[in-house]
Amino acid sequence: MRDIATLSPSLQGTGRFTEDSPDSSSHSSGNRLASVVGNTVLAVSGAVLVGYALKQRSWKAAGVALAGAPLAYRQATGSWPLQRTEEALPVTVETSVTIMKPREELYSFWRRLENLPRFMRHLDSVTESGDGISHWVGRSPLGMKVEWDAEVIEEREGHLLSWRSLPGSQVHNAGSVFFEDAPANRGTIVRVVFELQPPAGPIGRAVGKAMSPMTEQQVKQDLRRFKNLMEAGEIPTTDGQPAGKRPAINIHNPF
Amino acid sequence: MRAVCWNGVNEVRVETVPDPEILNPRDVIVRVTTAAICGSDLHLYDGYIPAMKKGDILGHEFMGEVVELGTDVKNVQVGDRVVVPFNISCGQCFFCQKEMFSLCDNTNPNSVMAEKMFGYSPAGLYGYSHLTGGYAGGQADYVRVPFADVNVLKVPEGMEDEKALFLGDIFPTGYMAAENCDIEPGDTVAVWGCGPVGQFAIQSAWMLGAERVIAIDRFPERLLLAEGWGRAEILDYEQVDSVLDTLRDMTGGFGPDCCIDAVGMEAHGSGLDGFYDKAKQSLRLESDRPTVLRDVIMACRKGGTVSIPGVYGGFGDKIPIGAMMNKGLTIKTGQTHVQRYMRPLLDRIQAGEIDPSRIISHSLDLEDAPEGYETFKHKEDNCIKVILKPHAHGNGHSHHHGGNGNGRHRHGMEGERDHTGKGL
Repeated sequence: MRDIATLSPSLQGTGRFTEDSPDSSSHSSGNRLASVVGNTVLAVSGAVLVGYALKQRSWKAAGVALAGAPLAYRQATGSWPLQRTEEALPVTVETSVTIMKPREELYSFWRRLENLPRFMRHLDSVTESGDGISHWVGRSPLGMKVEWDAEVIEEREGHLLSWRSLPGSQVHNAGSVFFEDAPANRGTIVRVVFELQPPAGPIGRAVGKAMSPMTEQQVKQDLRRFKNLMEAGEIPTTDGQPAGKRPAINIHNPF
Repeated sequence: MRAVCWNGVNEVRVETVPDPEILNPRDVIVRVTTAAICGSDLHLYDGYIPAMKKGDILGHEFMGEVVELGTDVKNVQVGDRVVVPFNISCGQCFFCQKEMFSLCDNTNPNSVMAEKMFGYSPAGLYGYSHLTGGYAGGQADYVRVPFADVNVLKVPEGMEDEKALFLGDIFPTGYMAAENCDIEPGDTVAVWGCGPVGQFAIQSAWMLGAERVIAIDRFPERLLLAEGWGRAEILDYEQVDSVLDTLRDMTGGFGPDCCIDAVGMEAHGSGLDGFYDKAKQSLRLESDRPTVLRDVIMACRKGGTVSIPGVYGGFGDKIPIGAMMNKGLTIKTGQTHVQRYMRPLLDRIQAGEIDPSRIISHSLDLEDAPEGYETFKHKEDNCIKVILKPHAHGNGHSHHHGGNGNGRHRHGMEGERDHTGKGL
């Protein structure tokens, strides 16, 4: 896979948090200590509890989520929450999609940041204040409202847009989106690099680790939704369609 | 409304569920007048397709009357009779523009999940697991159809449902299977499986200029239909020592030019191979039983074409890849790009070239769907194709809902649609 940073030398240092991060090798060796069986049991019980809670969105469910979270955390990291003191690593996601639309059209849609909530599921609104600063309102996976301010730090019309959250934000994140022509009139290749910096401290580290796969899935799904919206004019959904009786927890299919 | 819901292996129930609603601007709601149970529904019934959820509404072969339009729908009007392709397509992506509609990039809301299984996601399908979107299916009183400008075909006035219904799946599926054979003058086409898709593949092979068609199965009623309606030479594989030897003899030692696997992942294997697959599939070590796939590869002549309309879902073992490579076979497969074939095949029906209703063996009330699945699965009562008629509940035809029959007292007329979305 091509290193995204090589596509644009100017990206290096755009909203990166890596300079604050400890060596990542120490945590992966910790991971291997957990036994396979233990891991599986923890993963399943943790994921089932948290998954159930996410679906239910009630106080009772929140309790279940609290019970499940340490299990999920333990599975993801190999240790129980609060055991560690290192700084959290940023969650980094790189992904790309090809869209059958001209580069300029895609760029202008994305550049109007107010449009982002139309395809980014966790966003409620983005408001630009005109000086390159914008106010973002979104929801955490558990449905809690989060807000932050961000600035555009690099902009090359029709090609590249980079942004990062301002100091003091509730959620620290940064991203870049690249637009390049696909060959033979196959539209535009859109590449996204996204970084999410969890809060400092052991809890932050726990949250970051547990969130990593979820963030990756989210970014990929959002980019796919961008493609859906641009190509087909709408995003496919089944939310709100009928179904017969569903069991409370679906062991076979946690999705 | 009433709908056929998946409830686990060998268990479908007709349940009362909320009516579907318009969710996107290009959606329409169709009041289903006829639906069918497809052979590929049996893979769900038997539990071999992953990512089903209890309560999922089944059915991807259906037609009916448009009763509600999304804001952006221009091509149809309320009251139009339409038949609906089983694959949902946007019409605008790379694949739709190349008429590879079943590979549409924009209709599977669960594409990230599908990519884990298949590398890249195919189109969304009705009632065919959450891997392909988890769209509620059409074995129901009403169904929501997305991207109506691409995904409905108007049915000409006067054409009965039974003739038009199969344009949504199995007729195009059989036709694409034959088209994938690139039939040349003099070609012999061998078709494994004389179920509905096999029957249409046989019909289509003739339309596309086959010299001979050989039909392979073990059920007498299916072989008889292939021989009578399909004018094929028939081969009962249980009556011969070796299908491969028999085919070689029948083709003067040359082999069939084109071999069609119209069976798919739940082939009835015999001998050691069959036992091996059954055992591995029971232990979930192998998701598919590729007996017929092995056969078509071995039987096909050198440089010939293998066409696979039969559904495979996951992984199969002991595929004779050496035979495939060394004989230089061409393999063509895929879910059908139904939208590509509907119009020309409708023309053939209108011209009287073919009457698709010939394959229907059972017509049941929607309420009797569980019985329909059982009969079809076990091929009892000479069952070849089951169609279902919704909206009959409440008029005394149903005998299978003795208890709480709330939903049965609503006739399925437009005015009585439940617009609350809460069902009953």
